[in-house]
Amino acid sequence: MALVLNEEQQLLKESVKDFLDNKAPVSALRKLRDENISDYDDTLWSEMIEMGLTSLTINEEFGGLEFGYVALGQVLEQTGRNLSVSPMISTVLMSTTFINVLGNVFQKNKYLPEIAKGNIKICLAHQETSHFNIKDINTELKGDGDSYVLNGEKHFVIDAGISDYIIVLAKFETESNYIGVILRSNSDGIKINISRLLDDRKVGDITFKNVKIEKESVIEINDFKLLERVFDISSIGLSCEMLGVSLEAFDKTLAYLKDRQQFGVTIGTFQALQHRAAKMFIELELCKSVVIKGLKAIDSDLSNLNEIASLAKAKLGRTIKLITNEAIQMHGGIGMTDDIDIGFYIKRARVLQQTLGDYNYHLTRYAEISGY
Amino acid sequence: MSENNKDDFRIKTRKWLEKNCPMSMRGKTDDIKELFWGGENTSFTSEDQKKWFEAMYHKGWIAPQWEQKYGGGGLSILENKILLQEMSRLKCKQPLISFGISMLGPALLKFGNENQKDKYLNEITNGKIRWAQGYSEPNAGSDLAGLQCKAEDKGDHYLINGSKIWTSYGDMGDWIFCLVRTDFEVKKQMGISFLLIDMKSEGVMTRAIKLISGKSPFTETFFDNVKVPKENLVGELNKGWTIAKYLLTHERQMIGGMGGDDEKFNPREIALESFDLKDGILPNPILRNELSEYEMDDKIFSMTIERAIDEAKAGNESGAASSLFKYYGTELNQQRMELIMSLTGSSELIMDSEKNKNGYIAAKFLRSKGNTIEGGTSEVQLNIISKNILGLPTK
Ligand SMILES: Cc1cc2nc3c(=O)[nH]c(=O)nc-3n(C[C@H](O)[C@H](O)[C@H](O)COP(=O)(O)OP(=O)(O)OC[C@H]3O[C@@H](n4cnc5c(N)ncnc54)[C@H](O)[C@@H]3O)c2cc1C
Repeated sequence: MALVLNEEQQLLKESVKDFLDNKAPVSALRKLRDENISDYDDTLWSEMIEMGLTSLTINEEFGGLEFGYVALGQVLEQTGRNLSVSPMISTVLMSTTFINVLGNVFQKNKYLPEIAKGNIKICLAHQETSHFNIKDINTELKGDGDSYVLNGEKHFVIDAGISDYIIVLAKFETESNYIGVILRSNSDGIKINISRLLDDRKVGDITFKNVKIEKESVIEINDFKLLERVFDISSIGLSCEMLGVSLEAFDKTLAYLKDRQQFGVTIGTFQALQHRAAKMFIELELCKSVVIKGLKAIDSDLSNLNEIASLAKAKLGRTIKLITNEAIQMHGGIGMTDDIDIGFYIKRARVLQQTLGDYNYHLTRYAEISGY
Repeated sequence: MSENNKDDFRIKTRKWLEKNCPMSMRGKTDDIKELFWGGENTSFTSEDQKKWFEAMYHKGWIAPQWEQKYGGGGLSILENKILLQEMSRLKCKQPLISFGISMLGPALLKFGNENQKDKYLNEITNGKIRWAQGYSEPNAGSDLAGLQCKAEDKGDHYLINGSKIWTSYGDMGDWIFCLVRTDFEVKKQMGISFLLIDMKSEGVMTRAIKLISGKSPFTETFFDNVKVPKENLVGELNKGWTIAKYLLTHERQMIGGMGGDDEKFNPREIALESFDLKDGILPNPILRNELSEYEMDDKIFSMTIERAIDEAKAGNESGAASSLFKYYGTELNQQRMELIMSLTGSSELIMDSEKNKNGYIAAKFLRSKGNTIEGGTSEVQLNIISKNILGLPTK
């Protein structure tokens, strides 16, 4: 398991970078925010589908490219660098992973080819309180035999407003029995309320009131470890995006240190700033290592994925905070303005930090996994 | 190397180590002084230590990646990685600790002439010569290039006058590799040469320096009209600074990597020995947090070393990496020793009891403070990163 990219992955990384640098730079996010007409750019999404980005982690038998999560990670790093808005996180990272890991053959056949072709978007509704915790779930599925009803509420559901389907994480009969449900987002009994987050992206509060569920829509979760695997993979995917955000915020800051003049010299000559920049560089090198380790651990089925995932999300959570804070500080007054892009990075960072558990959550989980 | 060959090499290596590494040469090392350092002033402390050293020497695994003609094993990066993994799996002790292997060797391989390589590399791997490092001077520390110890051309030899300081194990060394000034008229980096000096030469004297731990592992080293044959110059005259820097990258990698797999000092084990878990959790939340934070950084640092090796294999080596490892590895090691001091509380503060081996944890704690100074301070490493990697201007 060498911690480097192979040629195919390197090529993908470069072509996605070129593509997003052109088609979805920060100015595109600015435009989405200022015009406020739609939650994302559909033309961009069509081109991403055409490039095969929706099918990277789907097996060939279900119409995918089967490039694996190392490949997907390269894409997410680039969407992080450009702050590109698209349904990649909701549909491709979280929901596809949910179906890959937990879906039965019927469900895989039904949904995965459609995702690969770009015909459907799916969001994953799991969180119910202000902090991520899959143990904190009250949404409930009831019923027997062939028909069921779903009741409960979900919050902070990424892309809830644009998805064709929703995957809901619920409890079935007992406190410890988890179950998934996949249903059309326009089903009777569903109400969706959209909010704008700090990073100018949209999430939804969803209520489910006596929503009728067919048997074939129920995704059984017989092993809690598999459910954890879904979130571990997703956490590593988010860590890739966080790496991209951090690298770009750092690069922009470094460029500023070489450009801005004060006291008749460039501010990058000040050792107080140089040493902080060097420390950020080192932290980023560590982040790269845990991210590639995590991606490889997914593709090669390492048994301690939970540990690596929490290490990654914790480390990236701490580093992205350091870097986006320093980015603003080192830009001085201009860093506080909406005129330059750096502010978009700290805003995206804070949302990513909370999504699927912040530094505190994952460090605590790491201690638990480690037996202390 | 194919997967098959890789597995094959691993299995053969494991079998060989199991057969040849005596039981007493496996397990924790309390003090690196217990290990074999080679040279005329040291001898084997046990029959097993001798057997282990000789077995590894004949196998070529004292310096596994060096060519066989220099007493090495000719292993590839990957084979060496497998060997190290297997050694650490069995907890084999290092058969020889040597500045010759970690510092001088790589410099000679790159800059030495064939005679020098043949003579000195072989005497490193066979354990005959123990080397010391003569870089720092009283007025040339971080500003190493400002060194003044001078070598004058006297026709058939150089004449050395001056002094060095902080020479680790200077009193135990047989030879010393030295940076000397051979030109006072030019920019300071352009007048430095790299010389090999026999410490038994007339006019070489050392004086022990006592450290905060009470120990004296290093010395001041004086050169008073010392004659050194001209053939002991490595590389070209006045081109020593390049060699010096190259050697430092190896020294830094060594210092940065140390401490990591030191079994005895695993903070998690010490935490679990020191406290009873309540509901599976360490009772003090702050310590628990410190421990998990340390482990996070430590584990990810190991992944970074792993990645650097893989990158090197793929041909993407970056010279600046040594500063990164030096900085982070030593800061982390200090954090680990601080954590251990808090975890052990007052019990490791006793310095004269057999029960805790006369406070050797406290001694290690004190020693770790030197990690961020030796081989170039942390601040100097950050300077190098900001200048050479980040390209930040100096003026
Ligand atoms: C345990 C140990 C073993 C050693 N072994 C050897 C050996 O075997 N051989 C050998 O030759 N030397 C050895 N050394 C010496 C070591 O390399 C020097 O101590 C080191 O390079 C620092 O030099 P100095 O002590 O003169 O400190 P100084 O250079 O005086 O530094 C004092 C402080 O100023 C800071 N500083 C200096 N310059 C700058 C700058 N440009 N920017 C920011 N901060 C700066 C430093 O970081 C430090 O904090 C050893 C040292 C130790 C502690």
